[in-house]
Amino acid sequence: MRLKASFIAVMFGVLSTTAATIALSAPQVLKIVTHSPLSGAQSTTGETIKFGTQLAVDDFGKILEPYNAKLVLQAEDDQSNPTVGVANANRLIGDASVIGIIGHFNSGVAMATTEVYAKANLVMISPANTNPKITERASTSKIANRVCGRDDVQGPAAQSFMSSHLKAKKIYVINDKTAYGSGLAQEFEKASRKAGVQVLLSTGVDEKETDFSSILNRAVIEKPDVIFFGGIYSQGGLLLKQMRQKHIESVLLGGDGLDSAELQTIAGAANIRNVYFTSVAMPLNQLPKAKSFIETYKTKFKKSPDGFAVASYDAAHALILATAESLKAKKGQAVDRADIAANVRKVNFEGLTGTIAFDNKGDIKAARYVVIEAGATPAQNKTAAVITK
Amino acid sequence: METSIGWQLLPMTLADGLSLGVMYAIIALGYTLVYGVLGLINFAHSEVFMVGGIVGVELLIYVLTPTSLHPLIQLALALLGAGFAAAAVAWGVERYAYYPLRSRPGSGSLAPLITGIGVSLVLMDTVRLFESFFGHFERPFPSIAWFEETYAVSEHLILSYKSLVIWGLGGGFLALVHGLVNRTRWGLALRAVAQDTHAAMLLGIESRKMVVLAFVLGGFLAGMGGVLYALQFGKINAFSGFVPGIKAFTAAVLGGIGSIPGAVLGGILLGLIEMLAGTYLPLLTDGAIGSEYKDIVTFLLLILVLLCRPTGLLGKPKAEKV
Repeated sequence: MRLKASFIAVMFGVLSTTAATIALSAPQVLKIVTHSPLSGAQSTTGETIKFGTQLAVDDFGKILEPYNAKLVLQAEDDQSNPTVGVANANRLIGDASVIGIIGHFNSGVAMATTEVYAKANLVMISPANTNPKITERASTSKIANRVCGRDDVQGPAAQSFMSSHLKAKKIYVINDKTAYGSGLAQEFEKASRKAGVQVLLSTGVDEKETDFSSILNRAVIEKPDVIFFGGIYSQGGLLLKQMRQKHIESVLLGGDGLDSAELQTIAGAANIRNVYFTSVAMPLNQLPKAKSFIETYKTKFKKSPDGFAVASYDAAHALILATAESLKAKKGQAVDRADIAANVRKVNFEGLTGTIAFDNKGDIKAARYVVIEAGATPAQNKTAAVITK
Repeated sequence: METSIGWQLLPMTLADGLSLGVMYAIIALGYTLVYGVLGLINFAHSEVFMVGGIVGVELLIYVLTPTSLHPLIQLALALLGAGFAAAAVAWGVERYAYYPLRSRPGSGSLAPLITGIGVSLVLMDTVRLFESFFGHFERPFPSIAWFEETYAVSEHLILSYKSLVIWGLGGGFLALVHGLVNRTRWGLALRAVAQDTHAAMLLGIESRKMVVLAFVLGGFLAGMGGVLYALQFGKINAFSGFVPGIKAFTAAVLGGIGSIPGAVLGGILLGLIEMLAGTYLPLLTDGAIGSEYKDIVTFLLLILVLLCRPTGLLGKPKAEKV
């Protein structure tokens, strides 16, 4: 018994001396937080946001070392659910070591959480949120940024491609009733009507709906040239599968929500015919500078990156540069989040996806939109057109 | 133009509504069987359905489609595998979640209800976790060309082999359950327990065995229903049980919970109404009201039916025990 007690005493002594030495030399730990769906139907993309950011932390974390700061990644799961996102956000703003957020994947979640981040001047740079309102609201105007384009441009971009390349005359517009899906579909529909395209049917479907037959039976008779889907790949793939099963050969056109390798898995390779989607994330083969990024990603995570991974890498890079500026000016004082947020608007560098610089709203200055034709496998996706804002 | 489209759409709408309805009916039977013997709404039932569907689809993907068996034999084997897996889960739920609770005095009716919801969440996330070990979430039903072949009854009624299989199997299952409950000694015992547990025990019926039978039978059906669901809609995932489960529960209530023909009638009616509403709402309102509002129509009708017949279409009011 006595032996044990003395052992503990010795251990305690060792521990306390180590702790003391660490406290003297240890740099302050700063956290970049990724906030994206890591579970549930959209976790595939949510994970690429996390991994892309991880690589940026590995590559650029040393930028902060001169200011005695050590950068780490903390990955949070918003489950594509605004309620979960807000709960996480309230916890995150209380952690003084968090310098900024890379996320979200869903605009509906970002809209809710940014209201919380704004209370603590915590900056968010989104790799994927395309809903126009993200950067248009006064309450969050100082902290909400994105490195991707906007739906009010993405929708019209899809329409101009549809009219010029597909020559569509009569179309269906379907949305999944989420902030992202209905926003995109509205902008697309508005542009289509303006261009004189006949919208035969415009309807929403519940985002959990798996049965599209009430819409598709009608399409069998009316034979629309194009069915536009504003929504996410898990549902879009199913819609496509059911279209082809009912022998409907209309073109399926969608937004960046369809941009996932899962699209092919769900729809089945044989059903991928005449499927196009616009995306704010450039296909990786369009990005000559991303080559070594792709290789590192593959060796490190044993998975293939997508456009959102690269966008997250650039977003995190911007955040790190802004933080370095802030730490430099403040000479090692505590982190000033409002200052970091202000510095994000001042960055200007060549990222993997192009020039990263933000306007005074937080939108990226030179956004590019790409139209992709889906192939039987994700590797066979082809770029059909590139449209620059 | 609009009216003619409406008429042209009717046959396919009814056909798809029937497929959906058969699916609801198969799940609804599980709710009704358990409610019949225990007076308990088994909220874990929708996840038993999901487990069956996942097991069936995995069997097809990894074991059956690589063989050169006829698609129908592949489906039959997947259905059996799914049925047994789901029945095992249903048995486990009864044995380890409900039975210990029921055997303790004073647990009331609220505790089993919450237990059911808890079990349901546990099953959902366990399956999700299991699938995530393999990097999977969505499990697509393998593309088997045979199911997508079609038979044109008329210009506007083109039936896929898939729908015919679903109707045939669905009808078969329902007839089998009906026969089992009404024509066999086990069925007689089951009905006796449903009518009066204590009186049945006095007559030498082991009521506990009958409770297990209701769970296992309902689970077996739901498991096969899960495979048919994946066949009809093209994919299944760990969260796929929730919505069909709620709808099937609604169907059971609509038909009169506790009544087997009621569950079948309720399921088919609900499927038809849902499909009709989804198709005709946007047509009749010229696009002002989209298909997404179909549930409003469905549930308004449900409320109306329950106002007129509080025990459901075929439910009998509980005799007052004096």
